[in-house]
Amino acid sequence: MRDVAVVGFAQRQMLEFDGSPTCVELLVPLFRECYEQTGWTRRDIGFWCSGSSDYLAGRSFSFVQAVDAIGVIPPVNESHVEMDLAWAMYEAWLKIQTGEVDTALVYAFGKSSAGVLRRTLALQLEPYTMTPLWPDTVSLAGLQARVGIDAGLWDERAMAEVANRSLTDAEKNEYAVRKGGSSVEDLLARPMYADPLRKHDCAPVTDGAAAIVLAADDRARDVRERPAWISGIAHYVDPMGMGTRDLTRAPSAQRAAAALDLAGTEVAELHAPFSHQELILRRELGLADDVTVNPSGGALTGNPMFSGGGIRIGEAARRIWSGDATKVLGHATSGPALQQNLVCTMEGR
Amino acid sequence: MAKQPAAVIGVGQTHHRAKREDVSMAGLCREAIDRALADAGMGLDDIDAIVVGKAPDLFEGVMMPELFLADALGAAGKPLLRVHTAGSVGGSTAIVAASLVQAGVHKRVLTVAFEKQSESNAMWALSVPLPFNMPVHAGAGGYFAPHVRSYIRRASAPTHIGAVVAAKDRTNALNNPYAHLRERKTVEQVLESQMLWDPIRYDETCPSSDGACALVIVDEDTAASSNNPAWIHGTVMRSEATTAAERDQVNPQAGRDAAAALWKQAGITNPIEEIDAAEIYVPFSWFEPMWLENLGFAEEGTGWKLTEAGETAMDGRLPVNCSGGVLSSNPIGASGMLRFGEAALQVRGAAGDHQVDGVRRALGHAYGGGSQFFAMWVVGAEKPTG
Repeated sequence: MRDVAVVGFAQRQMLEFDGSPTCVELLVPLFRECYEQTGWTRRDIGFWCSGSSDYLAGRSFSFVQAVDAIGVIPPVNESHVEMDLAWAMYEAWLKIQTGEVDTALVYAFGKSSAGVLRRTLALQLEPYTMTPLWPDTVSLAGLQARVGIDAGLWDERAMAEVANRSLTDAEKNEYAVRKGGSSVEDLLARPMYADPLRKHDCAPVTDGAAAIVLAADDRARDVRERPAWISGIAHYVDPMGMGTRDLTRAPSAQRAAAALDLAGTEVAELHAPFSHQELILRRELGLADDVTVNPSGGALTGNPMFSGGGIRIGEAARRIWSGDATKVLGHATSGPALQQNLVCTMEGR
Repeated sequence: MAKQPAAVIGVGQTHHRAKREDVSMAGLCREAIDRALADAGMGLDDIDAIVVGKAPDLFEGVMMPELFLADALGAAGKPLLRVHTAGSVGGSTAIVAASLVQAGVHKRVLTVAFEKQSESNAMWALSVPLPFNMPVHAGAGGYFAPHVRSYIRRASAPTHIGAVVAAKDRTNALNNPYAHLRERKTVEQVLESQMLWDPIRYDETCPSSDGACALVIVDEDTAASSNNPAWIHGTVMRSEATTAAERDQVNPQAGRDAAAALWKQAGITNPIEEIDAAEIYVPFSWFEPMWLENLGFAEEGTGWKLTEAGETAMDGRLPVNCSGGVLSSNPIGASGMLRFGEAALQVRGAAGDHQVDGVRRALGHAYGGGSQFFAMWVVGAEKPTG
C-alpha cells in the first residue's frame, strides 16, 4: 500500500443555500480554498471524484454541472458516486493505490432544503412494501431510539448528554448551523418531536458542500508538515430490512472497526445524525471512554447531505495537521438507521 | 508503483427486453450475477466486495436502490460501492471494480450494472423542469441529431452509412441470444423506416431495455483457476465540460484523450491492426463512424469508409459490435458494462455464435451525457507484460 494522506479540506454548511438548486455554486470557492491550502492549481489534480444524489437535487445527472465547476478544459480523469463524500474519497484512495495517479480532489454537495428531506429519504427504502407507507427518516430513527431505550441500552438522559456536548463544542465551529449548549436538564425539559426524540436529538436539515484533497508520499509531504496519513479505510453495508435488523446494533460499523487498528485513537468524528446513533457507534467501534468524540459538534450541529460523512473525515484530519492529535478516525454513514458505515483512521508521523 | 494484474473470469447478462415484468430489480440483477458467478465457478461467499452501477435513480424511481438491494446482491456484510457517471456508468463501474483488485485491496470483486426502465419513464426522468435552465424536450435522439448532421457535412459522408451500421448491428444480434431486438435488417429496410430526428431513422436508434450485466474481476492468483481469463490491459475515464463554446461534440477531446491514454497503457501503437474486436457504444447508428475516428481507428473524416467497406462487419478488419451492440439492447446503466463484458467474452473465446476467430485483444467503450463522459478498457487473452 502506498502512503496516502488527507492534505486539504474545505466546507460550507448552512440552513438554506440561496443559489443553484444543487449547491454547485459553492464548489468554486471550495476548490479555491483547496488550492490555497496546497499551493496547487487544478492541473496538479490527478483524479476527481464527487458524491451527490439526484433525488436530493430533484433532477437526473445533478453531478454533470458540478464537473463544469472544476474547469474541465482540457478534459480530466473523473468519476462520481451516488454516495457520501467519504465513499468518493475511498474511490480516489483506490485510484491512488493503483499507482495511476498521485493526487486527487474529491467533493460533494447537496441542497436538503429544496424539498422535505425526511420524505425525500423515504424514497431510499424498499420500494414495493415500505416506501408506499412513507416512513420518514426521523420516525425511523425514533423507532430505533425507542428500541434501545426499551432494551435498557440507553435512556433519554444519555441522549441529551450527547446533544449538550455537541451543541457546546459547536460554539467553536464557524460552520455549525446549530450551536449553544445549556444543560441536560434544560434539554430534557424541551418538547418531544418524534417521541423519544427531541429536536436537538436530530441533525438539522442542512445545505452544504465539502472538498477533500488526497496526496501520496512526497506529494503529501510537500504540502504539509504533518499530513493526516490514512492508516486504514474500511466500509461495509448491512441488509436494509428494518423489520429484521436489530436496530440497536450496526454490524457494518463493528465490522469496519474490526478491520482496522483503532487502539490509541484520541479523537473520533462520528457521523451520527441522531443522538442515540452516537451511542450505538461508540459501542460498535469499541471506543474507550477517553476518546474525544465529535469536537466539531458533529452531525447534530450541521449535516449537509452527501458531504456530512466526508466532513467528519476532514474535521478529524485537521486535528492531525494542527498537532492536537496523533491518531484520529473519521466515520461516515449512509442509508436508514446506520445501514452502511465507513471508518477511516489517520495518523500524524 | 505498478497496478496489480486483474482479469475478468466471469461474465453474465440478462435477457434484455422492453419490460422484464417477470422479475423485480433484485431478480434482474441476480439473473446477471448468477450467470457471472457460474461462469467464474464461484459463489457469492467467494466475493470480497460488490460494485453497483446504474444511470439516474429517477429511471426506476428509487433513491440509491443499491441500499434496499444490498441483501439480494449478496452485499450484506461486505463493502458496497455505487457508481453513477451518466451513460458511461457501466464502463466506469467495471473500472472501479477493477481498481479494487489493481490496488491490491481485494482479490475477488463482483460488479453489476442494471437499468429497469419499465419501472419508470426515462423520458420523464430526463425532462424534469429545472429552474434557470432552458428545457431541451428533445430526448437523446434530438440532442445528438445535429452532431450527426455536422459529422456528415464535415466528413462528406454518403447519407446511407448510418443504415449500413444499423443493418449490421441488428443482424449481428441474431447471433446473441440475450439481445433485445433480434431481427434481420437490410440497408434498404433501414432506409425505409420512419425518419425521427433527421438524419436518424427509427431503425437507427437504440431500444429502451430492462437488463443487467455482471462481471467477476479477480487477482492474478485467483485467475489461475480460470482456463480463459480476460486480462485487463488498460482502463481509462475522461470527462470534459458540458457547457463550453469551444467543445467539439462531433469529435470530443475527452474521447480522443481517453483513447490516446488507453492505447499507451495497453502498449498499442496501431489500434486498427492490434485490436481484433471492438464493442463501441453506438446508440444511434452514425456514432460508429464518429467513434472510429475519435478512437483513432481511422483518420478524421474517414471512419465511414471503414463502415461502408464492410470492415466493421463480423468478417471485417475490425469487427465492431458483434453482439448487436447498444442498437440491439439498451438497458442504459448496463449498456457500458455489456460493451466491457462482450469485449471480455471475445478474448476468452466465449462469445458463442458471435465469436470472432482468434481475438487476442478487444476494446470495450462507453460514453455518456452529451458526449462529455468516456470510459474504456482493453482486455487481452495474454497477461500484460511489464
